[in-house]
Amino acid sequence: MSALSVHAPVLLIAIPLLGAFAVPLIGKLGRGVRDVFVGLIAAFTAALAGLLAADVFGRGGAASVYVLGGKPFNIPLPSGMTAPIRILLEVDGMSAFMGLITALVTITAIAFSFSYWKKRSGGNMYYSLLLLLTAGIFGMEMTGDMFNFFVFLEVTSIAACGLIGFRVWLGRSQEAGFKVMTLYTVSGLFVLLAVGLLYGEHGGLNIAYLAHGLTGGLIDKIALGLLLTGLAMKAGAVPMHMWAPDAYGEAPAPTSAVLVANSQASLYGLFRVLFTLFGITVSAATTGWILIGFALLTIFVGVTMALVQNDIKRLIAYGAVSQIGYMLLGVGVGLATIVAKPAYGLVAMQGGIFHMINDAACIGLLFLVAGAISRAAGTRDLNKMGGLAHTMKYTSVFFVIGAFALAGVPPFNGFASKFLIYEASFKLSPFLAIIAILSSILLLAVFVKAFQGAFLGPRPASPGGGEAPLGMLIPMAVLTLVVIAFGLFPGFFVERIVTPAARALWFGRDAYISAILGG
Amino acid sequence: MNGITSGFGTWNPIAWTLLFIGILIVAFFVRSFGRKDYKRNTGQTKAFLSGNEEPDAPAGLHVSGDNLYWGMVHGLSAYYKRVRKWHSGDLSDYVAWFIGGLALIFVIIVWVG
Amino acid sequence: MNVGNLPFIVSALLVVLGIYTLLFKRNLIKLVIGVSLIETGVNLFLVMLGYRSEGIAPIYTFAPAGERMVLPTPQALTLTSIVIGLATTALLLSFAVFIWRHYGTLDVHKIKELKG
Repeated sequence: MSALSVHAPVLLIAIPLLGAFAVPLIGKLGRGVRDVFVGLIAAFTAALAGLLAADVFGRGGAASVYVLGGKPFNIPLPSGMTAPIRILLEVDGMSAFMGLITALVTITAIAFSFSYWKKRSGGNMYYSLLLLLTAGIFGMEMTGDMFNFFVFLEVTSIAACGLIGFRVWLGRSQEAGFKVMTLYTVSGLFVLLAVGLLYGEHGGLNIAYLAHGLTGGLIDKIALGLLLTGLAMKAGAVPMHMWAPDAYGEAPAPTSAVLVANSQASLYGLFRVLFTLFGITVSAATTGWILIGFALLTIFVGVTMALVQNDIKRLIAYGAVSQIGYMLLGVGVGLATIVAKPAYGLVAMQGGIFHMINDAACIGLLFLVAGAISRAAGTRDLNKMGGLAHTMKYTSVFFVIGAFALAGVPPFNGFASKFLIYEASFKLSPFLAIIAILSSILLLAVFVKAFQGAFLGPRPASPGGGEAPLGMLIPMAVLTLVVIAFGLFPGFFVERIVTPAARALWFGRDAYISAILGG
Repeated sequence: MNGITSGFGTWNPIAWTLLFIGILIVAFFVRSFGRKDYKRNTGQTKAFLSGNEEPDAPAGLHVSGDNLYWGMVHGLSAYYKRVRKWHSGDLSDYVAWFIGGLALIFVIIVWVG
Repeated sequence: MNVGNLPFIVSALLVVLGIYTLLFKRNLIKLVIGVSLIETGVNLFLVMLGYRSEGIAPIYTFAPAGERMVLPTPQALTLTSIVIGLATTALLLSFAVFIWRHYGTLDVHKIKELKG
């Protein structure tokens, strides 16, 4: 028990990684065996993430170091300082929080995949890539080293694009795969360039070591610009979001949910860079307002583009883009006020970070529903389907709950986090809150359109498959329960998991550094 | 325990839900005072179109999602024409947006911050 | 021979050439080459970071005193980066093959079914 939670950070990466490469072998034994194996790997990984979260939040979200290799991971330097030498993972409240999100999304997506791919033979490679993507996301969240962060970033890029283009018999998925891979690679290479610059300037790759040595000089600023743009692109911030609707829209439905978790992991990387690596060595007000600028554009353009989509997955994808903006807004307000540290800054951070897990649950639910109804209707075009509520009663209820929650209708979870974001951003500038609230209302209109197009209307002439199979309904029901639980008891979750995560970013820079360097 | 406060306002979903249910009960109570002389399938339920006959809808008619916000999208067509041009589907344009964003952020960080 | 900052200029030039290729070339294969050019530029930059003039390769169990050695870390980074680049290029090229089969063209301006 305790040994498991001690080794949880590395097992979270190792188990899905080994599982990914074992799947093609296990697949030789037959589909049933393989499905059980993949399910066990996913369940074990999720349990580890839960165990790690219980451990970290039990200690109030304090940073802890996991060392791969021998125990003394520091060597003293002649100058009197110490330098970290081994491969280090560093887990604090924010990492554990992101681990929970990833675990929630991947386990429901994998459970959904079992019945989504029932009719097709093969599919070993699909589960390999999905587990590889999971391993990469966990790696980005747990690592304490900039270069390892880049490696895991590229692992997720390659696995994600493999999944986007998995259906090689569809031309559009190949187009999406090529575009997304090119943009991911270019942004990843700029991140690598920034890592190289930081290494050349400060002679280390460990985040805590770099954070200790940063001075905010010109090279540091150039590295910050490269990291900021590259990671904002991978998170899907407008105006560099054009790949996101292609990726989410053309990937197989359960994968789209995991791709959103991948974008959130990039967002986590962005926050880690801005708060822990750079902190206030560069002007936090400037970077904070850059984030707020990205956020306003992302929220508004995402929602308005969603309004004119006729492909249900593309519509939800633009909704997902707009939700990234709310996280950027909350955390941007927190970053812009980090020097003065007013009370509403922490509230904004809580809102932005709470919205990450709420968004993962709602968007995951909506993509799963989109997968179920596109299976039943045989099309994703909202103009060609209709009347699905006659045959798919549970699915339509799940869609309504997910849509209401994402649009911030009380009493669901999206409202709880948006409430914190509205109030805190209103204190910084009323204009921010106005844009955020207006876009939430527009998002509700978007989902009214989707619901009207897909579910309402007369009974379809050619009834599809009827209600979604149980294997699809259960993952959707699990996510719906999460949405309702987070909506009805936000105080409990904010206090237990969100606040330690927000404090780890907002106050935790010195603790993060001293966990590695001592003193 | 289940509510959250922002230091500015407070949000308690359980209290809100109870209040919502209470208001629903009051609304149904008020509704029960309504007129009882309503008759189904008579002229009372017909739509009133300036005294004209109501045309029959073709069987299987469904207002698809695309038609729902036609007016609003039409009104904002100047905005939509521009935004749709950004999403041209051309990979070179997307790379250009990325490089442009990078240049803008360099300018802001290096010159301003 | 002292080459000064020339390698850094070359690596910057490679990155700029790669970006130029991505922006102005139409053939998907050329775009893949552009991505590879950026990657090569970044790799060259990493190798240059660890170079010390007249240094030897740092392959010793017990390093002799007084030898000038190049830094090993950037070389490890570069090797990793090259491996990642191989996977990326292979994936991009296989996408290009499938796009050719479905669309019958490799012109990036004609492959825009996903827009709006």
